[in-house]
Formats: sequence, structure tokens, C-alpha cells
Amino acid sequence: MKVDMTVNGTPESHDVAARTLLVDYLRDAVGLTGTNIGCDTTSCGACTVLLNGESVKSCTVLAAQAAGDDITTIEGMAHEDGTLHPVQAAFQECHGLQCGYCTPGMVMAITSLLKENPEPTEEDVRVGLEGNLCRCTGYHNIVASALVASRSPEMHR
Amino acid sequence: MIPASFDYVRAGSVDEAIGLLSEHGEDAKLLAGGHSLLPLMKLRLAQPAMLIDIGRLRELSYVKEEKEYVAVGALTRHHDIAQSPVALASAPVLAHVAGQIGDPQVRHRGTIGGSISHGDPASDLPAVLLALGGTLVVQGPNGRREIDAKDFFLSFFEVALTPEEVLVEVRVPRSSGQWGFEKLTKRAQDWAIVGAVAVKTSDGVGVGLINMGPVPLRASAVEAAVTSGAKAIDAAQLAGEGTDPAADFNGSVAYRQHVAKVLVRRALEKVGV
Repeated sequence: MKVDMTVNGTPESHDVAARTLLVDYLRDAVGLTGTNIGCDTTSCGACTVLLNGESVKSCTVLAAQAAGDDITTIEGMAHEDGTLHPVQAAFQECHGLQCGYCTPGMVMAITSLLKENPEPTEEDVRVGLEGNLCRCTGYHNIVASALVASRSPEMHR
Repeated sequence: MIPASFDYVRAGSVDEAIGLLSEHGEDAKLLAGGHSLLPLMKLRLAQPAMLIDIGRLRELSYVKEEKEYVAVGALTRHHDIAQSPVALASAPVLAHVAGQIGDPQVRHRGTIGGSISHGDPASDLPAVLLALGGTLVVQGPNGRREIDAKDFFLSFFEVALTPEEVLVEVRVPRSSGQWGFEKLTKRAQDWAIVGAVAVKTSDGVGVGLINMGPVPLRASAVEAAVTSGAKAIDAAQLAGEGTDPAADFNGSVAYRQHVAKVLVRRALEKVGV
């Protein structure tokens, strides 16, 4: 079936099987492999993308369900001139990653969290990231990255 | 993991969905947010031949205050219930529990109707519905009918919907009073190993149990004890009565029945019993 959606501002149209998951549509049909597949069971959050601005786990959404929607992946976060999005910049500044596998999902989940709660406490961030697992960092620097990003003027425009 | 093949159709209205269900019978499944059904399909535990996507029916997404109850559209997402000013004021336990389901990503997709019609005894909302004495409004080829929550959950993953019916609205009595919700999980986002909810209602105190049998349960013995004046610590001793929990890697039957007593006591204490 033909599935159309907007990915990072670009209209996409691909002929895929009805059973195609959004994450596979993004990785295989669109060719954007920044969104990782971790557990593939709605647990780890590695495949988190924004669907109409809200975080979702793209392993548990059919591409067909997202037809007509706006999707943002990690590739759509930085500005066109290469300047990092404030959440990405905060990860760099705070050393918010080690192996990096969970990072795209973390960045998307934090972006959604900060949209809903622009001035979170540390507790808000820890609770808000309950759907994203990291096996390297112990979360400390990821939480710090979210808090630093929340203080970026760009996030409050 | 990829689901088995199926035909996908988006329904433009509830009537269209009912028409498709009538035509395709048990081969077809409704798809709302997909956060109960798609994981089962990926594991090939469910292999419907057709998915009827009703996720876009915005007319079934609302939280409204009626004279005696709060009406929640079946396609209202957990996230929207948790944020709803009406739910927070007039059904605060529902808003709270909706905000505890899964994680933010799950709450952005999952719906109250999907969760309830899935009939999973380990899910949180059915127990809240039972404790509050809620009602389900379902629509089929012959119009709408109402089903008491206590009559809705028939057996393991089986509910009182006929194959051509759609759950359209969930009603709970207005209850701005005290409530307690306790859930034991090993990780924040997990299903409850055991959960308990207690709510002050016009009839007394309603108590619901999560994951204590093949269906979501109402702790009737506890409720009766509270009505006859028992204190939380004594009433909670009856929390295992009538339960039939599964034994699994999270705990034995005896462990779950013990935990139920502890959680029911805590929930009752929060409603001042």
C-alpha cells in the first residue's frame, strides 16, 4: 500500500506492506538509519521519534497509522547549517552518551518532554525518561543534558 | 519482529467500523492506538486478517462532565486523560492512573478504550473502572447499549463485546473524594505484578485489584468489611479472597496474595479507612 507522510519536513511516499512498522519505513524505505531498533518490544525507547511533535516508539506504530502525519527523527534535529539542536548540544556538553545506541531515542524523548514541561525538575526528567533505557551511563549525564537543554534560550522561543 | 500479513483499512466513522466488523467477523480487529494489539501481533500471538484503524476518529476523543458521571471517549489517549482538567477535578483517580500507564511514549498512543476492551487483567484502568463502578457504552449494528464494568470482563482477555461491536464511551461516577492507587513493579514502565486501587464512592469504598486473576477483580470481601466498620489493616487481610493469580517469574500465588494485602491496606489508608 502507498503510505505518505512528512519526515523531517520532506514529503515521503513509499509503497510498503501494510504490516510495515514506522521504524522500518523510516530506516528502509526513507533510508534514515539514525532511529535505532533496540528491544523491538515497546520497552527500551531507542526507536523514539516525534509524531506530530510528540514522542512515540516507532517499533509499535504501523507506518500506515502515521500516514498523513509529521514525523521528526534525529536527522531532522540539527539546523540546516549544521548547528546542533539544543538537546543535542547539551548531550555533547554534558557527555550524555557512551556507546550512543540509546541517544537518538533519548534526544527525541527529551525534546517531547521539554515541549510538555519546559522547566522540569530533575525528578520530572527522571520520571519523564522512564520509557528510555541506557545501559552505559547510569543516566546521570543524560538527566544533566536534559536539564541543561531546558535552560537553553532556544527552547523557550 | 514483524506482524503476520493483514489487510489494513482506515474507518472514517464508527458506523463504517461496525459495517466492516459485521462483514469480516472474527477475522477483523479494531486498531486504536495499537499499544496492546501490535505487540501481540509482532509476537504472532495475534494474527488478525484485517485491521480496521479507528485511531483517527477524533469524535471519540473527549473527557466531558455530565450531571452524574464523567464521560470519556473510547479513543481518548492516556496522556490526554492524565492532563484533562475535567478528569483531574471530577475523576482524579482516573487521571492519576492514566498518567502511570507505561511511559510517556505509550501514553501518547494508547487509549482508554483500547486498554479496556483488550481485557488484560494486568492492566491498570479496568481495576479503576471496577472500583468506581463504571459503565461501558458500546455500539453495534442495532445501536448502543450500556454494560456495567462488573459484567464486562468475562475471562482471560475476553470481554462482553460482540465481534461487531465498538466500545465508544467509558463512564465513571463523579468522585472528587479520596483515592489510593498502589502498584508493585520491578521497573517503572512495567505491568503491575500486583496492583490495588481504593476509591471513596457514594456507596462506600470501592476496591479494585490488578493482576490477581484471569480478569480484573473487585475486592468484594474487603469492601464489605470496610462497610461494616473494619479498619484498613483488618479489611486488607481479606484481599486474597476470591482471587486466582497466576504464578510466574515475578512471584508465586502466595506472594501475590501477600502483596495484595499490603497494597490494599496502603490504598485503604489513603482513603481514610
